Amino acid sequence: MTLTVSRRGLIRAGAAGAGSLLLPGCDRLFDNPTFRETLESGENLHRVTQRVLGRNALAREYREVDMSPAFRANGSREVTDPAYRQHLAQGFANWSLMLGGLVEHPLTLSLQALRDLPQRRQITRHDCVEGWSAIGQWQGPRLGLLLDMARLRPEARYLVFHCADLYHGQPYYESIDMVDAFHPQTILAWAMNGKPLEEAHGAPLRLRVERQLGYKHAKFVARIEAVASLEGIHGGKGGYWEDNGAYAWYAGI
Amino acid sequence: MSEAAASPAPQGGELVRRHRWPTRLWHWTNAVTLLVMLMSGLMIFNAHPRLYWGEYGANYDNAWLKVGSARSGGGEQGYIEIAGHRWDTTGTLGLWTDADGKVQRRAFPYWATIPSRYSLAIGRIWHLAFAWVLAVGLLFYLAWSLIAGHVRRDIHITRAEWRPSHLWHDIREHARLRFPTGVSALHYSVLQKLAYAGVLFGLLPMMILTGLAMSPGTDAWAPFVTEVFGGRQSARSVHFLCAWGLVGFFVLHIVMVLLAGPFNEVRSMVTGWYRLPRERRP
Repeated sequence: MTLTVSRRGLIRAGAAGAGSLLLPGCDRLFDNPTFRETLESGENLHRVTQRVLGRNALAREYREVDMSPAFRANGSREVTDPAYRQHLAQGFANWSLMLGGLVEHPLTLSLQALRDLPQRRQITRHDCVEGWSAIGQWQGPRLGLLLDMARLRPEARYLVFHCADLYHGQPYYESIDMVDAFHPQTILAWAMNGKPLEEAHGAPLRLRVERQLGYKHAKFVARIEAVASLEGIHGGKGGYWEDNGAYAWYAGI
Repeated sequence: MSEAAASPAPQGGELVRRHRWPTRLWHWTNAVTLLVMLMSGLMIFNAHPRLYWGEYGANYDNAWLKVGSARSGGGEQGYIEIAGHRWDTTGTLGLWTDADGKVQRRAFPYWATIPSRYSLAIGRIWHLAFAWVLAVGLLFYLAWSLIAGHVRRDIHITRAEWRPSHLWHDIREHARLRFPTGVSALHYSVLQKLAYAGVLFGLLPMMILTGLAMSPGTDAWAPFVTEVFGGRQSARSVHFLCAWGLVGFFVLHIVMVLLAGPFNEVRSMVTGWYRLPRERRP
């Protein structure tokens, strides 16, 4: 009897053998709360490094010829909420954005009012946490301008973006700190590539927070809330993916 | 009077001090770190198993490399596609069976990734935490290597060693598995120097730079890092290729250790002491 073992089979068996010893070890290690917290504290290091070395740095902007021929839409591509569908059918003519929470003058702004504010137009690269990138043009008023109009109270530390969509049955939301909120490229985009935002890309309003990954760019923004702490808001970690997927709140890396 | 002049040159068979503690510490830290980086990196790749050149790249764009699964005839196959050429990788890439016997359609199989179950978020937590260990470790080790003379004494390739005849001689000696003995085993051969310098000054810095180039936060304050590679998606491709360069180095490294005498080699990297191989009889 001859025993034939292919080289590929041998390599595969060897790797699988090594893996089956090592992997449960890594998975188990990660279940240890102290170990996991230590690894997760890397996020603070990323954030502090960015704030020290590039607090006010601008994201790169591109020329029109650099734009992606087609811009991939990800996450929620449509919203089932009946009120939203009605607004969509009406071209968001009766829709308005609310800005409240820890502000002196809560705002309610129609889409037209947002269009009438001074605008910023930028061609930037959208980087998804999955690894892909797309370059597109975005237009809208600076978020900082709205915050100046609403006059933030001193205790406000974060802005929470409440969205009209449900993702896997739960409301999507996101949050950013004041460094990103007042960053000159942080805008509330109602137009993309020269046209009003499509539903798949977050109509009527999408947050652009250019120095962070795609999941921070909340789509279908309905209400902005200034808060002192993220605790007590949904899962308490500051965003849908932060609550439901162990994704980092600071997504600049 | 220097120490070397006072004591006679060591002979084959003698124990000599070979690796200093920073080298040993860095070696074993990297052994763990690079394994974690590779396996968690493969998990991150699994989230979007396609590579592009340029600044942008997503599903509608041309990928130069992709891993996936497709129906073929009556069945289904896993494949890797590079520059339009497709290879069947069923069982390993794109289509494989997990530990519970379930068919999965991810790129890299469970035994190659951290964590073993699909989780981009947890893969990123591992990867981005250990990235600090790798980067800070490399920074300290490079600084020490330059200051303490490790680069000058042990890795610097002399003009004589660059001579084609010397390189060719060393390649032939390696191919015949005739490793240096006696006093000449005190120094790295030119091929060893090339391999170590390539990792220390080439592959590892490239991994860190291409990693930083993918970060939108870093891209804002250090855009030249991304631009040097020709864009974020190019940087991602180079990151992937250099990772396999490191795997190649690792395989070669392990083979050489096994061939040169694993006990002696591992001891020298743990304790620092190395027994010089005895001179061959002429």
